Order: sequence, then C-alpha cells, then structure tokens
Amino acid sequence: MRLARGALWVFCGLVGVWLVAPALIVLPLSLTSQASLVFPPRGWSGRWYANFFHDASWIGAFWTSLQVALLVTVVATVIGTAAAIGLTRGQGRGLVAANALILSPMIVPGIVFAIGSYATFLSLHLVGTLGGFVMAHTVLALPFVVIPVTARLRGFDRRLELASASLGAGRWATFGQVTLPLVAPGVLAGALFAFVTSFDEVVVSLFIQSPYLQTLPVKMYSSVSRDTDPTIAAAASMIIVLTTVLVLVASYLTVRRSRVR
Amino acid sequence: MAVLDELTTRGGPASAPADRVRARPALLLLPALVLLLAFFVYPVLTMVWRSLTDPEPGLGNFGWFFTEPANLRVLARTFTTGLWVTLITLALSYPYAYAMTAAGQRGKAVLTLLVLVPFWTSLMVRTFAWQVLLQDTGVVNRALALVGLGPAHLIRTETGVIIGMTQVLMPFMVLPLYAVLSGIDLGLVRAARSLGARPVVAFLRVYLPLSMPGLAAGALMVFILSLGFYITPALLGSPTDALLSQQIFTQVSGLLRWGRGGAMGVVLLVATLVLIGLATLAQRRPARRRGTS
Repeated sequence: MRLARGALWVFCGLVGVWLVAPALIVLPLSLTSQASLVFPPRGWSGRWYANFFHDASWIGAFWTSLQVALLVTVVATVIGTAAAIGLTRGQGRGLVAANALILSPMIVPGIVFAIGSYATFLSLHLVGTLGGFVMAHTVLALPFVVIPVTARLRGFDRRLELASASLGAGRWATFGQVTLPLVAPGVLAGALFAFVTSFDEVVVSLFIQSPYLQTLPVKMYSSVSRDTDPTIAAAASMIIVLTTVLVLVASYLTVRRSRVR
Repeated sequence: MAVLDELTTRGGPASAPADRVRARPALLLLPALVLLLAFFVYPVLTMVWRSLTDPEPGLGNFGWFFTEPANLRVLARTFTTGLWVTLITLALSYPYAYAMTAAGQRGKAVLTLLVLVPFWTSLMVRTFAWQVLLQDTGVVNRALALVGLGPAHLIRTETGVIIGMTQVLMPFMVLPLYAVLSGIDLGLVRAARSLGARPVVAFLRVYLPLSMPGLAAGALMVFILSLGFYITPALLGSPTDALLSQQIFTQVSGLLRWGRGGAMGVVLLVATLVLIGLATLAQRRPARRRGTS
C-alpha cells in the first residue's frame, strides 16, 4: 500500500514537471550568450533583450499588442459587465440563447472564426487595423468577463440593493455605491482575463494582420518558423512575466471573494 | 429570491416602476449582442456562405472534400490524433486527479496550481518552448539517451504534436475528474473490499463507474478542443501530416480557395457542434435515470 502511494506521488511529480517545463525554460533561454537556442545555456547575457528593444519590428509589435490588449480590456469589461447584469437581472426565455451566444466563441474552433473574420474584414477594410484587432479580440474576451461577473452577481444578497433603494437612494446611486463595489472583484478579474486573452491571441491575428501592423504573438509565430534567434526567447519571457503577474492578481481576487463570503 | 421578488413587486403604486426596472436589465445585453452578431455570427455565416457559393453555387466544395482521398486522410488523421490525445490525457489525469483527492490541503493546492500553469502560459510561448525542448539535440532527447531510449525524432512528428497538445489539454480533463472523484464516498470501496472484492474488482465495479460522469465530460471536452488546434500542429508537426485546421489555413491563406477552405471549416464546425450536443445529452441522461430509480 505504501509502495503504491509512493509510486503515485512520483508519477504526479513527473507529470507536474512536464506541465511546467515549457514555462520554466523560457527565462534562462532568453539570457543565453550564444546565438542559438540551446537549453541549458552555457553562458549568460542580456543582449537579446537589448536586441528586442532596438529592433523596430519587435518593439513595434509589442506596442501594438499592448494597445490592442488595453483597448480590448476596456471595451470587453464595459460590454461584458453590462451583459452580465442583463443576464442575471433580466427575465425571459431569450436569456438562455443570449448566454449561449456570448459563451460560444470559447467553443467554436479558432480557425473557423479566423477565416470568417478574414473574409468579413477584407470587405470592411479592417485587415491590418487597430480597430479590426480590437473587435475580433473583444469577441474572444467577452466570455472571460461575463463568467466571473455573472458568478459574482448571482452570489450576492440582492436585499442589499433593496435596502439601499428603500433608504432613498436612486437607481444610479444604488448601482454605484452598492452593486458595483460588491461585484468589483469579479469585474477586475474579468478585465485581467480579457487583457491576457487579447495579449496571447494568435490564430485570428495571423489572418487579420498586415505587414505594417502585427501583434507580438504574430511576430513570434513568423520568426519561430523562420530563424532561431534568441530574441524570440526574450519576447516570450516578457509575455510570461506579464501574464503570470496578471493571472496571479486575477486569481487572488477570485480567491479572496470566496473567503469574504 | 422568488419570495423577495414577489414582495417587492406586489402592491399598487410600486408595480409600475418595478415593471420598468425589470424590462431594462435585458437591454444591457444589447451592446454585447450587437458586437457578437456583427463580428462573430456574421463572419461565421460568411464562411458557411462561401462554402456554398465560391466559386459557383452548389455543394461542389463538399463533394470535393468528401471524394478527395487526401482530404479524407486529413480528416481521419485529425480524429485519430484527437483520440490519442484524449486517451493519453485520460491516462495521465486519472491518477493525478485521484492524488488531488487523497492529498492534504497543501498538496492539493500545489497539484491544482501545477495543472493550471499550461492554462495561462501563452500558447505561442508554450509552443516555442516545446520546439526547443523537443529538438533533436534538446533536453528531452538527451534525457532519453541517458536512460537508453534515445535519441528519438520528436520535432516535426505526430508524437511531438501529441506531446504539445496533451500538456495544454490536461486541465480540461483533471478539473472535471477531480470534481467528481472528490465526491465519491470511499466507504463504498471499503464496503466492497470487506465483502471480499479484490482491489482491482472494487475499483472496476465501484470506483470507476462512480467516476464516469467526470471522465466522460473531461474526455469529450478534450476531444472537441483537440479537433480545432492550429498553432501546435503547425509548429510541432510535419507539413505532410497536416491536420484539418492546417489544411483550412493553406486553402484560404495560401491558395485563396475560399469555398474549399469554408467547406472544411463547416465540417470542423459541424463535428464540434454534434459532439457538444452528444456531451449535453450524456450529461442529462444519468440525472434522469437517478430521478426515476
């Protein structure tokens, strides 16, 4: 029995290493002094980061990604929070269909959405535009806002709103001073997930990019298939650090939510 | 909640504003629905439309897809890859999810954290890392050589694709499995043992059937998601072993065959929706059976 238990833990340890290995090797890989991607590196240097910040195409892609992700965060959070309130407070049979529609971008294969968007964007002249990226990424980010906000709205005691209204607060005052602070952690988690979703997106972006406007993952995709320059590793490390920090903050907010209750 | 609603909407003067308040929340859905109709539903329908009209109206593109042996091989390969990924993910996830139920508080937290790492490691970063790890002179091959198994050719093979896909799909199997396994009363297994069942029999006849809902939900989810993978097979696989998503990419982006690419997209979409329908049905049936017996 003890032997079986030991074997189980060794097995879980190996699976655990395999799960985190890709995320862990990227950072040392970016600090190599060599001009090739060898792990583990034999010497250390920061020159690939210098390269990243001096190369117009890398730093340009980074700025594009940042701009798109910030705009997506704002648009998806506002629209998604409104939709979540509509879903939890509205009534009618249409709500089930609306909910299914909002969640469907999570299930429809990326490539299907990608070629559809490409066709549509070609006729609307949105290919290679900031607006095009923002619209496509917002569609993908919406479920990640609606899910935590809806959960939060379902979880709280609506009598608090009634109490506020009965004490004379108007609808907007109740929303601003009672509802919003109570759902804030869900909204914030949703906003962070929206940012990460947009910042990471590759498949749709590959189609709707142009040589003049690329996002960082698209730039990575084209250099991964072309050359073995460790600048890619520097870009990857920056993505990892940024998304890790954001996801940790978002999870902390969702964990704290359950503890408060 | 219903009682409260009733309390607040009952009574003369309050009822008129209450109706207005109730009608409004649904309007808050409007921006999201407009956005989705314009930038999600319309694009997907455009793809379906192209598959039926480009280059000429009719079912020609579907006829081409289902008669060309190369396409059928791609379709078969997409399904077998998905099946392999599902089986391997299951084999790794079942003991892992069981360990999560058996572990203490801290052990469980660590195991949960580990399985969530692939969730938020950027897809592009992860695939790039696998490319480095799996290359012919990479760490994995050197480790294999140490134990006398290597060197194996991993990058640009189906094995490489399966390794990369399995890793990212683990959370979708582990989490539903854990949800079901943690609810199983181990007293039932002990009862079977005390009645003389050998451990294997107790597992197969008691524990495994009880874990079926989680197993089925996880396996279906993993299989469905595996059908739509593009980046991982494109970068870790070989162009000669292309999957459906890659063929769609080639048709549309490389050859500008919108109709053919669209038809393949429709096949992929229909396969996904049918499987989701089956999953929903499968989840509903055990509940009904429990209700009647």
